[in-house]
Amino acid sequence: MFRKLLTLLSLLVVAAVFMAACGAPTPAAPATEEPAAEEPAAEEPTEEVMEEPMEEPMEEPAQEEGGGILARVQERGTLICGGRTDLAGFGSLDDDGNNVGFDIDLCRAVAAAVLGDANAIEIVPLTSADRGPVLQTAEVDLLSRNVTWTSSRDVQWGDFTTVMFYDGQGFMVSDASGITSTDDFADGISACVTSGTTTEQNLADYFRQRDIEFEPVIFEEAAAVYGAFQEGRCDVTTSDRSQLVSVRSGFDDPSAYTILDDIISKEPLTPAVPHGDTAWFDTVKLVMWSLINAEELGVTSANVEEMKNSENINVRRLLGVEGNYGYEELGLGADALANAIAAVGNYGEIYDRNLGPDAAVTLPRGLNELWTEGGLIYAPPVK
Amino acid sequence: MATSDTGIDQSTSIPFYRDERIINWIAQIVSAVLVIGFLIWVVVNFLAAADARGFSLGFNFLNDPAGFPINDPGIEYDPSMTYGRAILVGLVNTLRVAIAGVVAATILGTTVALARLSPNWLLSRIALVYIEFHRNIPLLVLLFIWYFSVFTQLPPVRESLVLPGPVILNLRGLYISWPRLTETGGPLAIALIIGIVLATIAYFVLRRRREETGQETYYGWVSLAIVVVSAIGGWLVSGGTPLYLDVPVLDGFNYAGGLRLTPEFAALFVGLTMYTAGFIAEVVRAGIQAVDRGQVEAANAVGLSNLQVLSLVVIPQALRVIIPPMISQYLNLTKNSSLALAIGYQELFSVGRIAINQAGQAVPVFAIIMVSYLTLSLLTSAVLNVYNRRIQFVTR
Repeated sequence: MFRKLLTLLSLLVVAAVFMAACGAPTPAAPATEEPAAEEPAAEEPTEEVMEEPMEEPMEEPAQEEGGGILARVQERGTLICGGRTDLAGFGSLDDDGNNVGFDIDLCRAVAAAVLGDANAIEIVPLTSADRGPVLQTAEVDLLSRNVTWTSSRDVQWGDFTTVMFYDGQGFMVSDASGITSTDDFADGISACVTSGTTTEQNLADYFRQRDIEFEPVIFEEAAAVYGAFQEGRCDVTTSDRSQLVSVRSGFDDPSAYTILDDIISKEPLTPAVPHGDTAWFDTVKLVMWSLINAEELGVTSANVEEMKNSENINVRRLLGVEGNYGYEELGLGADALANAIAAVGNYGEIYDRNLGPDAAVTLPRGLNELWTEGGLIYAPPVK
Repeated sequence: MATSDTGIDQSTSIPFYRDERIINWIAQIVSAVLVIGFLIWVVVNFLAAADARGFSLGFNFLNDPAGFPINDPGIEYDPSMTYGRAILVGLVNTLRVAIAGVVAATILGTTVALARLSPNWLLSRIALVYIEFHRNIPLLVLLFIWYFSVFTQLPPVRESLVLPGPVILNLRGLYISWPRLTETGGPLAIALIIGIVLATIAYFVLRRRREETGQETYYGWVSLAIVVVSAIGGWLVSGGTPLYLDVPVLDGFNYAGGLRLTPEFAALFVGLTMYTAGFIAEVVRAGIQAVDRGQVEAANAVGLSNLQVLSLVVIPQALRVIIPPMISQYLNLTKNSSLALAIGYQELFSVGRIAINQAGQAVPVFAIIMVSYLTLSLLTSAVLNVYNRRIQFVTR
């Protein structure tokens, strides 16, 4: 009896191990760098973790201390980006199931620069509440998921690269509610909001300052927030205005909802990288700057090859045909930035593709015009 | 050990590596070393990783202002209060739904179990369908159905259903007119509390006396009378009107006043209760069926009514079988309340998730969450185990 039970049990264990192995082809093991092999007594769980440190230190001793994320990405051959699949224009799935959107294109640009292939990306869909811990534990190489840059997140979560989208928090109301401006807000109003966001805190501050008693209705999934809002659970929902526009375009009847004019906060949306790897931080910043500079200099995905022969010395520097302006020290090829621009286009192209007049979600560029056009989009030069 | 009849000392004839006692000891020591070694490795690895990534593992952030709002806080809360307070609000909200859920699920589950055992074919089949439906559908799915397909489909605020009372039902919740104490109501509250305590004592004392002497003591009526008398006395002492009716009225965007149940709470409470009741029904049925048939027949033979058979013979014996698995169901209900995350009821886990995000403190917050659930579970088990020991057969 006991023996039979033992056999059955061991069979189950073997089966479970196989299943687990199938499910997880690439252990994203956050603890890879720390050789955790001090304690030989520990059995199974070490195996996965121990394999990697064995190989890694041999490969890139030349890199900065610790191996670095760039080396890890290049060895892996894919860039792991924290993103989302539920926000049209920023991160969603197209009809063929490909990840598309503004944030996704930023990720693709980085992949094109460091791997030479814009499609070598893996998008990990994250909820708002998951973003921080995932970046803190370096489970993603790059977090590009309309994250607002704040001082506390900068300290706690990771390094924020460059603001790629200037946004502000707004309110959306259904026309049936009778609210036409924020002046109509009164006691008892209920507001649907996503948890773990800056908007959640701004909302509390906003009503507290105005001494209005409000009922927060808080969900972790954006889908639940807007589902409940459409059912009428809340009088108002709040988020970054870009997000409200995007979400409204997916409503059954978008014309029945209004986004109020008031903007109650600054929301600089910024891609972020894990703390502690300055080389990788610099790499991602350089790619972001190059996209902005490319628009400024008139370099597009279509003319990038031709522009390599440009007479404009700044264009030649950007495209790596004249001198080295930082990218070689980072371990990038001279044509890395040219690759990124060729693959996804310059900032303006990325914007238009995802949020332009012909895109599914249209947002006027507003603050996100180039500084030369009266906007805030401005990047240090590549030189 | 003694030597055997043959005069051979057995303890010397068995080599130590085949001596069962020694093997057992070695097995114990080896497994202890493995377990402790593994735990040490986990902790060391964790601390090293936390250090490398610059995590702070302290609890100081608990004193910082939380800054985020909480829906339907069970105790006073506003966003200027601390993270510690916010997590406490989460815990209170967990307790609210867990206690209400445990009570309701026990009553509903027992009722369904009795229906399931009923000789009435229709009743028994309905109970069967209920049980199988709830046991075979994931709780999360049930919660979504209750929240998005039931409670948020109620009429909007301006078209509320107004029932007599007034009780108001709309998609912002259920509002019940509720008596509340006025400023002069203090004596009434005190009198009521004293009355209830006295009534409880009287109930048990008189019931015991009846059991011992066989004399009718009317313990139910007596304790009821004590409560009523103390309430009337309290009312008279406090003078004026110690109570007023807090009636919900439409004010601005929503009803204010009265006792309010939010749709989030309602969906979680109903979903959890009905789900757990499905399991409790099976536990109760198993317990009842474990009572020997002869007991029922004997009770019938001495002329007890069906209700008496159930309450005096079957249930007391069934409880011995029911309580241990019932404890598990109570613990499950409490822990399952964390699924509220999906439907916007803010209990411990969902507040904790927000705190993790806003404070950037995953490890300490998760530690608090785990310790809180562990404490709740152990307390529940401890209390019910004491009860369980009391109702077991006394064997000599």
